[in-house]
Amino acid sequence: MAVCIAVIAKENYPLYIRSVPTQNELKFHYTVHTSLDVVEEKISAVGKSLGDQRELYLGLLYPTEDYKVYGYVTNSKVKFVIVVDSSNTSLRDNEIRSMFRKLHNSFTDVMCNPFHNPGDSIQSKAFDGIVSGMMVQTG
Amino acid sequence: MAGSQWELPPELCCRPMAFVALTGLDVVYNAVHRAIWDAFCANRRADRVPISFKVLPGDHEYPKCRTKRTSYEWYIPKGILKTGWMNKHLNLVPALVVLFYELDWDDPQWKEKQSECATKVEIVRTSLQGRNTKVAVVLIQKKTPLPPGEDLVASERASALCNACDLSGKSLFVLPHTDHLVGYIIRLENAFYEHAQTYYYTEIRRVKSHKEFLNKTTHQLLFVRHQFKIAFFSELKQDTQNALKYYRTAYSLVHELRAHETNMLEIKTMAGFINYKICRLCFQHNTPLDAIAQFRKHIDLCKKKIGSAELAFEHAAWMSKQFQSFGELFDEAIKLGLTAIQTQNPGFYYQQAACYSQDRKQQAQQLCQGGLSYPSPDPLDTQTGGLDFYGQRPWRQGHQSIDPPDAEKEKTGILALQIKERDVPHSELIIALLSNAVAQFKKYKCPRMKSHLMVQMGEEYYHAKDYTKALKLLDYVMCDYRTERWWALLTSILTTALRCAYLMASVKDYILYCMELLGRASTLKEEQKSKIEKNLIKVLMNEVPDAEPDCDPSSVGAARSLWTDRMALAGSNELTVEVQDYIPFIQCKSRFQSPSFHVDQPIQLQVFLRADCPHPVNFHKLAVSLSNQEYNQWCVVEAGQENMTLSPGKTKCYNFSFVAKTEDVGKKIEMTGVEVMLGSDTGRCVFLSWRGAGGDAASTHEALQASRSSRRWGRGLESRQDVDWDGLNLQPSTMIISRVPKVSVQLSHQPPALTNEMFCISLTVQSQEENVAKDVKLTAGLKPGQDANLGQSTHVTLDGSKVCDEGSPALLPDVPLGDLKPGEKLEKCVYIRCVSTGPRVFLFHVAYSISTTVEGRHIVCKCHKDETVTIETVVPFEVSVKFVSTKFEPLDRVAVEIPFLLMTDVLSSSPWPLMLSSSSLQLQTMTSNTAQLQSQLHEVVLQTGECASECFCLRCPVQTSNSSTVATGQYLISWRRKSSGADSPLVQTTVTLPHVILESVPLYIHADLPSFGRVRESLPVRYHIENRTGLVQEVEMAVEPSDAFMFSGLKQVRLRILPGSEQQMLYNYYPLMAGYQTLPQLNISLPRCSASNTNALRRFLPQRIFVKPQGRELDDASIAAA
Repeated sequence: MAVCIAVIAKENYPLYIRSVPTQNELKFHYTVHTSLDVVEEKISAVGKSLGDQRELYLGLLYPTEDYKVYGYVTNSKVKFVIVVDSSNTSLRDNEIRSMFRKLHNSFTDVMCNPFHNPGDSIQSKAFDGIVSGMMVQTG
Repeated sequence: MAGSQWELPPELCCRPMAFVALTGLDVVYNAVHRAIWDAFCANRRADRVPISFKVLPGDHEYPKCRTKRTSYEWYIPKGILKTGWMNKHLNLVPALVVLFYELDWDDPQWKEKQSECATKVEIVRTSLQGRNTKVAVVLIQKKTPLPPGEDLVASERASALCNACDLSGKSLFVLPHTDHLVGYIIRLENAFYEHAQTYYYTEIRRVKSHKEFLNKTTHQLLFVRHQFKIAFFSELKQDTQNALKYYRTAYSLVHELRAHETNMLEIKTMAGFINYKICRLCFQHNTPLDAIAQFRKHIDLCKKKIGSAELAFEHAAWMSKQFQSFGELFDEAIKLGLTAIQTQNPGFYYQQAACYSQDRKQQAQQLCQGGLSYPSPDPLDTQTGGLDFYGQRPWRQGHQSIDPPDAEKEKTGILALQIKERDVPHSELIIALLSNAVAQFKKYKCPRMKSHLMVQMGEEYYHAKDYTKALKLLDYVMCDYRTERWWALLTSILTTALRCAYLMASVKDYILYCMELLGRASTLKEEQKSKIEKNLIKVLMNEVPDAEPDCDPSSVGAARSLWTDRMALAGSNELTVEVQDYIPFIQCKSRFQSPSFHVDQPIQLQVFLRADCPHPVNFHKLAVSLSNQEYNQWCVVEAGQENMTLSPGKTKCYNFSFVAKTEDVGKKIEMTGVEVMLGSDTGRCVFLSWRGAGGDAASTHEALQASRSSRRWGRGLESRQDVDWDGLNLQPSTMIISRVPKVSVQLSHQPPALTNEMFCISLTVQSQEENVAKDVKLTAGLKPGQDANLGQSTHVTLDGSKVCDEGSPALLPDVPLGDLKPGEKLEKCVYIRCVSTGPRVFLFHVAYSISTTVEGRHIVCKCHKDETVTIETVVPFEVSVKFVSTKFEPLDRVAVEIPFLLMTDVLSSSPWPLMLSSSSLQLQTMTSNTAQLQSQLHEVVLQTGECASECFCLRCPVQTSNSSTVATGQYLISWRRKSSGADSPLVQTTVTLPHVILESVPLYIHADLPSFGRVRESLPVRYHIENRTGLVQEVEMAVEPSDAFMFSGLKQVRLRILPGSEQQMLYNYYPLMAGYQTLPQLNISLPRCSASNTNALRRFLPQRIFVKPQGRELDDASIAAA
């Protein structure tokens, strides 16, 4: 399960960041922020070669000693980042994919809310619920 | 040297090369020897064999060889690898000792020298007792040797020498000291290299042979040691593939060792060494993925092997070193051509190394509490000054038992290590690693990672109390986080920066960071903000602020005194802060009420201020500066004039208005800045200055979001009294435009204009002003900016009495029309003459000045009113011209001296009736056949589509020139519109008549006959036949009978006509029938020149005549009327 889940706007500012409360929240902010380097690079590399035939799931962005960072980019260039503890080896690629898909669906629902202004940070109980379901349950 | 404990030994990191000792060379005093030595060591490039040479004296003592062990049965090893072993085989025990000896084959004292040489060899051998080191002899000779086999003396003496020295033939070399020294040396060293290879091969065999004596219980350490030695010898032998294999075995063996707290360090040290060698070789073999995989495995295996908890910082230090050295290996490989990628580059390893260094620092801070003094005697002191085995504790070297032999010694030893660790400059190490990582991430396009590391560097500098450097770094990256809108990260950086600024007592920075931390981008809690605001107010009052939380208490004291000093310093208590690029706690947006103002309106300007801090804030002055600084005085408000308190979350609006100067009409007024003064003159003044019309680093995005928001529709209702802050748009500039003119300008005219006419446009200006419009001026004419050719083909004048000429301009500028009283009307006619057709745009610009009062100020403004009109110009009429014979038959050519008719048709295409006043012909070569050439057109009025025709009878005189075409002349028409008055000028249109083709005829014939005949009444016809040639012409004439006529006269005649003379023939025709009748055909032929066609002559003759029926006593007039 994830230790941090983030949604990043097209312009690379955070729309939503949730991390497990036991650890240093700021550190996760930095991890997510630095992972955008790889996301940007991957997006620009795809844009050149394949046109719009693009896989939304970007896979493992980069491994750090402690965490694995996965990325996903919607067609409107909104990025999802999931950080998983490195020690968690049971999580397969497919499961990460399905987590992203769930996240994307829920995000789409948020965007469909006529009272939500795209570009504002996400404040939705339903979205919170989905994210909580994917996070590591602590105590 | 702190931290040197963790450095890898240089003998491990170098590339092992075969060690060959050269003896018998006197490189100091003997030039020849010097040259030889130089040839060996100079220019050792990659293409030379890898040997490290050393010059040693002939009697050099090599390290003693210990007596060979015959049995390992009772042997218990004391450690894995001796610290001196690698160095011994790299630099002390040669693979080959070469003895240089000067001896020519034909030396006179051969015998003596041979035995001397043998002695020297013996000395070397003795010194190498027990080692497998080879010995070789090189004879330095002055003469060039003969080819092998030819010099019998040489081969004989060579074998003798070999025998004497107990050398094999392969170990004796000759080095002629001649021109080709380097070539000989290269051949020599290749031979040496082979000997060295053999030596290391035997060494490998020797070490391998120990294996059978070992047992797995007591000799585990030796398994590792032997594999390591074999691998190292393989490297010396340059057999890197096998070396890698043996190192890998050694690596797995190291991890099979029984690990416990006492030997953990030794195991890790050796594992680190072997891992380093493996990674190094993998990079060398260009298999970087293997290197990375090995390193990952190594880290995974060792990560948890912390060892003694009291020395946990040692593990972190060791881990850091592992990452650092791998990073360095990786970087080294990249420099040699390896390509790295964004997600796999040395930066990650440096970063991780820094991370472990940070752990080390933390653990050191926890474990190494001060207070205790360094134990004596020093438990870290050894007799030799160093360790015997790598990775062992100095106070229990060689001990391999699970429990420490002496608990007391163990304690003091650990204490000594902890105290030593306390003095390690951790921050320095961390910063160095971080800056290495930054350099890497910069290279591999990771700007955010780079920023993150720079933040860490800044924080480390902060911990190291180097606040200036810390601020510099933090300030540099802050802007990246601000533009990317990561507020949580920005707030954290700002908090650190604020602490730095506090501890340095840097007033300006302190204020700046406070302001941003109070601002809306800050994620700080309300009480933290409240504290910061209080501090900020203190600084503004020139007081010392409270210490920031979490500051080192010792530094706080120093900071306080710094602040007090700073406060005591008088003067310089004014400072300006450019806040545009930050997100300050006071937001400012300003706008002109309208994008443009008329000069007679007051210009209105609004400044909106809003504070985001938790408590109300006072300011003392608000000033707007404008591009024209003369207006600045109107845009200032100071304390006392208005309420200058900003309540949190409330928007405050300040209105300014001023009257623009009339000179500024047409100019733009821009806000160049807004300044808010915080504090007062008594304390400290801080000017917050916004460029332009305000807004800060975040406001563009907020405005965009606000414009997208669906909520704005409902906003007007819920908060009418409060302005919607996000929806406020900046209006940083306004245009000053001229006063709205209160005059009407009307144009009346009758389009389209006709080419060349004086087209009259009548302009009516009526004033609706309340005052006298002074200096009314009219500019009329072609609007500038159209096709350039139109300027030449358009003429404008005010004088309608005569047709204007080319000199008249296309645009009449500034025609003074005098003053205009209120309600007065003024009319003016403008005449336009367009020479060419097509549409034109005309401009009528009426300008005047008027004095008016705005807000009690008396100003004179200039007003103007523009009218434009598009006028099409068309041709008034089309003139067509044709030549016909006197019988109205069309002519394609004209006969000389024979009258013909010129017919002109003037077809009006003007929509307005035209009055053709007169016309005239200006003939060039032609002459009129009639007495005077009078125009038939006189005061003729043509409606649209009507045609006026004229006919002129002309004759072409005999031409002197040979040209067959001649110009006819010009047709002039004077005309005007019927509607224009009688005094208006006539336009004269000239039409150039077409050229005609001339021909000459030999004979001209024409007939005199009445205009009509009457049945049964005699009709006399006289034919005139003229000879136009210079010869006598013989003419045959015959009249053909006709049903309609009887005739009398010569029916057939032949006559001669003299040149230039004329013959007349008279016939009396007697019509028989009424109506148009064909006259009897007159056939004329010229027998002399039969070629000339008589048909041509016939066209001069009348063909038909109208015959009236017989009269019944009625007069002609009544018939004509019928």
